[in-house]
Amino acid sequence: MTTLIVRTATRYLMPLLLLFSLFLLWRGHHEPGGGFVGGLVAATAFVLLAIADGTSAARRLLRIAPVRLVPVGLATSLVAGLGAFVLGRPFLTGLWPEAGIALGTPLLFDVGVYLTVVGVVLTILFALMEEGS
Amino acid sequence: MGWIVLLVLATGLVAPLAIRRLGERAAPALAVVPAGVAAWAAAGQAAIARGEIPAWRTPWIPSLDVAWAFRVDGLANLLVLLVAGIGALVVLYAAAYLRGHAQLGRFFAFLFVFMAGMLGIAAADDVLLLFVFWELTTVSSFLLIGFDAHRQASRDAARQSLIVTVAGGLALLVGLLLLVDAAGTSSLSEILRSDVVRSHPHYPFILAGIAVGAFTKSAQWPFHFWLPGAMQAPTPVSAYLHSSTMVKAGVFLLARLSPVLGGTDAWQVTLVGVGGITMLLGAVMALGQDDLKRLLAGSTISVLGLLTMLLGLGTPIAARAFAVTLLAHALYKGTLFLVAGNVDKATGTRSLERLGGLRGAMPWTAGAAAVAALSMAGGPPLFGFLAKETAYEAALEAPHASWLVGTATVLTGVCLVFAALRVGLQPFYGAARPTERTPRDPAPAMRLGPVVLAGAGVLTGLLVGPAERLLVAPAASAILQQEAPTGLALWHGFTPILALSALTLALGAGLFRARDALLSRAPALAPLARMGPARAYTAGLDGLLRFAAWQTRTLQNGSLRRYLAITLGAALVTVLAALGRTPLDRAWNALALPSEGPALVGLALAATLLVVGGALLAARAATRLVAVASLGAVGFGVALFFLVYSAPDLALTQLVIEVLTVVLLLLVLPHLPRAKDGAPRSPGAARTGLALLGGLTMAALALVASAPPLAEPISDYFSAQSVPAAHGRNVVNVILVDFRALDTLGEITVLGVAALGILALLATHRRGEPAP
Repeated sequence: MTTLIVRTATRYLMPLLLLFSLFLLWRGHHEPGGGFVGGLVAATAFVLLAIADGTSAARRLLRIAPVRLVPVGLATSLVAGLGAFVLGRPFLTGLWPEAGIALGTPLLFDVGVYLTVVGVVLTILFALMEEGS
Repeated sequence: MGWIVLLVLATGLVAPLAIRRLGERAAPALAVVPAGVAAWAAAGQAAIARGEIPAWRTPWIPSLDVAWAFRVDGLANLLVLLVAGIGALVVLYAAAYLRGHAQLGRFFAFLFVFMAGMLGIAAADDVLLLFVFWELTTVSSFLLIGFDAHRQASRDAARQSLIVTVAGGLALLVGLLLLVDAAGTSSLSEILRSDVVRSHPHYPFILAGIAVGAFTKSAQWPFHFWLPGAMQAPTPVSAYLHSSTMVKAGVFLLARLSPVLGGTDAWQVTLVGVGGITMLLGAVMALGQDDLKRLLAGSTISVLGLLTMLLGLGTPIAARAFAVTLLAHALYKGTLFLVAGNVDKATGTRSLERLGGLRGAMPWTAGAAAVAALSMAGGPPLFGFLAKETAYEAALEAPHASWLVGTATVLTGVCLVFAALRVGLQPFYGAARPTERTPRDPAPAMRLGPVVLAGAGVLTGLLVGPAERLLVAPAASAILQQEAPTGLALWHGFTPILALSALTLALGAGLFRARDALLSRAPALAPLARMGPARAYTAGLDGLLRFAAWQTRTLQNGSLRRYLAITLGAALVTVLAALGRTPLDRAWNALALPSEGPALVGLALAATLLVVGGALLAARAATRLVAVASLGAVGFGVALFFLVYSAPDLALTQLVIEVLTVVLLLLVLPHLPRAKDGAPRSPGAARTGLALLGGLTMAALALVASAPPLAEPISDYFSAQSVPAAHGRNVVNVILVDFRALDTLGEITVLGVAALGILALLATHRRGEPAP
């Protein structure tokens, strides 16, 4: 599958897709987007790289094993929910430092969703890709 | 207190990292945490004894009035002290016992999670919160029993304990929910103040549910059989979970709730009956055992039965006996298990047959063992002596059938003396036996635990006055919800109870002298142990596995088409059943869609063409590759629909999912068995029919679902609240990360578990093993 066209296109598409995924994550609170779809786009970027250059290249770029991203993501979301609890309010209450700014605990929660989704998708797909070889 | 529980939990998370960095040297630092908790509890004890009960409360699920609430009264603090104090010793002990074990970090993670759960059970002031901690101990106990996961016996024992205690946990949950319903609150302290439960029509079910939960946890007959199996766990775990703390959770809960549930005939008959049977059964089980740990497990079951029986009696002196016995047993049984671990380490065996004369080689261990055994036998001036005296007193003054209860208690006492002498004296005295290794006392960390715990048994016995004022009386008062009787003393003058006590010791010692003759007959008892509930469990489990195998062979025979047909068929049955009860005119109303602008109609038409065309192409595809590509086209068409009807979030997600699905399918395709490519496959009339029915049903479902709603949809509320309450204009995202964030958290957890499952399946597949 590793044709020159795919490999060259990946070199340009991959960073764009990653940027786009972060953009989706960030804007999700007000515009279409969010952690789930952002995570999916980021996973797509890595899958593309894996198709072009093989899973080992994609794993190297990711640095952390995808299956480890799952607990990291879950813990991030959990911590976002615990923030309110520590302040004596019910678990998962959204906290905002200042109204109107998107930097509240819901964004942190969404970051957790993002990381979990990337971890889950890449865990499954990388494992399947390596199954054949 | 909530912070303490979280701190202990956090220690569990840090422990693997600390162990990885520092090895066993991290253990003393880890032990500081439970030691600190124990010191905190000890410091608060005097105030609690004066009646100043500390309490904390944070809302957790305010809509259900469930709170993250803690309250530490005398009973709770006694358990906190035991859990944290013995916990600290066990942490030190385990680090030496499992020295060099590759999974030591994981072990401590489990152990601290367990500890947090146990502290939570002790101090929770909300029954639902208590249940959460209860299950936490069940799960961590399962992981600890199965710690040597490479051994089949460990895994079987872990699974057995899990099945028994989780089944009990479910019964407990039902009982607690009914209790909350009856009392009108989930706050434990408010429930304890209410007096409506006993006369509530659901009382029998509440009692049954809670009793089954407590009985499974505390290894009461007929659920006792998991405890001897749990001895597969590493010895520090047996000492900690399966003698001094976790198995106490059940009787603790019964004690906690006895003010609202106790006193009725049903309570007395159930608890005294089950407790009495368990007490005798455990004592008999301990008699013939050759394995040190299994012998101790039998005697633990026996004492747990005694504790249950005392709660059933419900008199003030029984409550006092309960508190004394709880404390005494935790101290001496913890010691004896750690002693058993030391003997096992030093000699390589736990078989009493092959042990003897170790006193000279292991003086520290032998000393601790002798003291603890004397306490277990009920010899003065140790705390166990008081435990036995108070228990006899309570049994003889039982409200009903005191002669029966008294006889059973004394008989149990005799058996326990016999067991105590065997486990505490036999390995250390008499002629030395040859063993695999040259025995010697183990590392200081492994001497510390037994010596400190045995010493505590001596100290509480000698200083009986302060021990009663600070530990026993506050706990007994918390059980009774009134002042407990006082006046514990080593010497009461010549009383009938003293005579019984002496008789017990004499009979037990006599049996011990005649042990060779007795034990030669022990095999006669063996079939007894194999009968009964353990057998029912095995038969039930085998039957379940056979049924599962049959079901899997029938439903999942390896043909993907069969899977699809069954899944689709099951879905259709349920959907059609629901549709059949929906008035049809609602569906027709839905066809009157709001008119769209011409541009949108054009787009919608294009989407329809894409979907229908793709579906037809997929159905007629000659190869799987074409089918996958066609289905991709269907997905893009659906995404276009979402776009037309202003659901950009859905469209976006659908598009990316579609891309990833195609990649996934392409990866999976080569692994499928080769179909006869080229020749057009005929799906057959049955499958065609099923497919058509599926399509039509989904169409009908879509129509009904898009009909004008019967009730005001909740989406209006979400739309209205999105900006003011959650500062977000994208309602979909606000719902996901704020309004319904708990659902999202659950969903991503499921995703993660699914990924792990797939990884495990692929790993077994790669190793060439059959998939589990």
